[in-house]
Amino acid sequence: MTDHTASPIRDGMAFWLPTWSLFAREVLRFVRQRNRVIGSLGTPLLFWVLLGSGIGESMRPPGLGQGMGYLTYFFPGTLMLVVLFTAIFSSFSVIQDRNEGFLQGVLVAPVPRLAIVLGKVMGGTVLGFGQGMLLLLLAPLAGISLGWEAVLGAAAAIFLSALGLSALGFLMAWRMDSVQGFHAVMNLLLMPMWLMSGALFPASGASPWLRWAMVANPLTYGMDALRGALHSGAERAAMGGQPPWVGLAVMGAFAVTMLLLSVWVASRQERG
Amino acid sequence: MKPSPAANPNATPGESVNPSAQMAMVGLRDLCLSYGEHRALRDISFEVWRGERFALLGPNGSGKSTLLRILSTLLRPSSGTAEVDGLDTTAHPAAVRNRLGVVFQTPGLDIKLSVAENLRFQGYLFGLSGKKLAARVDQVLERFGLESRRRDKVETLSGGLKRRAELAKALLHRPALLLLDEPSTGLDPAARRNFWDTLDQLHAESGLTIVLTTHLMDEAERCGRVALLDQGRTVAVDTPGALKRDLGESKVVIETPRPAELKPRLESLLGLEVTLRDGKLHLPPNQGTPAGASGGEKGFDVSVIQRLLDQFGDEITAVRLGRPTLDDVFLARTGRTITGSGDGDGDGDEIREAGENVSPGEGP
Repeated sequence: MTDHTASPIRDGMAFWLPTWSLFAREVLRFVRQRNRVIGSLGTPLLFWVLLGSGIGESMRPPGLGQGMGYLTYFFPGTLMLVVLFTAIFSSFSVIQDRNEGFLQGVLVAPVPRLAIVLGKVMGGTVLGFGQGMLLLLLAPLAGISLGWEAVLGAAAAIFLSALGLSALGFLMAWRMDSVQGFHAVMNLLLMPMWLMSGALFPASGASPWLRWAMVANPLTYGMDALRGALHSGAERAAMGGQPPWVGLAVMGAFAVTMLLLSVWVASRQERG
Repeated sequence: MKPSPAANPNATPGESVNPSAQMAMVGLRDLCLSYGEHRALRDISFEVWRGERFALLGPNGSGKSTLLRILSTLLRPSSGTAEVDGLDTTAHPAAVRNRLGVVFQTPGLDIKLSVAENLRFQGYLFGLSGKKLAARVDQVLERFGLESRRRDKVETLSGGLKRRAELAKALLHRPALLLLDEPSTGLDPAARRNFWDTLDQLHAESGLTIVLTTHLMDEAERCGRVALLDQGRTVAVDTPGALKRDLGESKVVIETPRPAELKPRLESLLGLEVTLRDGKLHLPPNQGTPAGASGGEKGFDVSVIQRLLDQFGDEITAVRLGRPTLDDVFLARTGRTITGSGDGDGDGDEIREAGENVSPGEGP
């Protein structure tokens, strides 16, 4: 340690090793807490069965194409809910790490802030993506046939949505010191984002003001890309919607913006 | 790699190393920190020498933990500079972090992971990997007596073992400076003794520089030098011995079941101001005798104890003659005590310092 101003670890290892280990910790913690697996996979599935079968027959949202059952329509929405729940859980863990003191230990290590953000956000993303893909196996039960094209398109949409939501969650959770505070964010921002993404009802049948809110909602585009991959051409034609690349591009741009904002927030040294 | 090239390996714990030959490990100059109107730190300036064990002693809210957070690069000072190993904590945070091992009050271990996993994880954060990391992990596990628990999840460890694991984690990358925030908070007396024995050994064998915050006199006594902090100011910086010697040689403390009742009567008998602290009555240091009676002698007139026992024998449980403590020093310099007037030894689990909160940003 003769050079006093430079960090002794300056190659790529100094970035990827901490990033990888922070990511691996997220996955390890998730797997070891079985209730989290059940919570983020089981709850949406339950929603799908209960809401889908309960509402499906009695209240048919306007704008649904003829011949498309509500269970089929709601299935991609359920997939997105799995992704959302995983992102929420991973945001909770940011606050938990802070309260337990674990985060302070990381912050006083010579780790680039980008590595901290990426480790955490990729943890949430990969977990959300993995669970989303697992749930996708049930698509035939919802009357959706899975071809390679459908799986690849769905994978891209799920991945980008998971990335965007995890980064948004990180951004919101970073400066919070109580899980209770994050409940407000969850109920007032994240859940409405999902409700107004076209997960539950299509935009075409909604009132004008709601339609505008849905257009402004970034998750609408992830949702739309997912539907583009999973529904048949005839079903899509009845519902309307953008070509899949539009949804993917908007969702991707949103995810990158959230990531950059997260890095910016995490890089600021606290100032008295 | 030695923790620091200039550290004196022969330094005995508790003794300060001669400053003249060496660059300071920590240098603070005119350090200020304000949260809006509230001034958490005011014009703090002192140095911590290499190989020294240094205590920041003060009551809760004195700013000691805030100061530690500045040293650990988590907090930016409003003005003034803080340097570690000659490096500014604001200008070169990454380089400073490489030299630091920190144990915060809130445990930094992931309780869902095993002890070894936590250590490996820490190694990755510092760019260690492969065989080198494995060897280091084995080494600290053995050093801190955690070998047999390496595969156990941290949540299954006792409080004392957890703290040892924290220490192992903080020292894995061989820092030059170890920062400890209230290190024995929440430990039972046996675990606390054990923790301090470990610190003694560590200090003796590695010459590591240690800066710790505490509100416990006995912990500060075990350090080479002490900075007394009060309301964001340094009141004094010196060895515990020198600080206490300034106050005098002797001091009388009286224990009684009804201290408040006895206090005025004692004052009129002795013609002295008596302070009630921790449920005990304290005579001013070095004034065992009524004012003027001893003719300026520094020694202690034992007859005062006799008089106390004659007058109030039935009401007094014990009369103790001893040397002034650091709490007396603090009282003499600030008019306040460190532990406050409550009873017990002030194990401050329940009290949290302003600005010490783990969340970044928002001051009051």
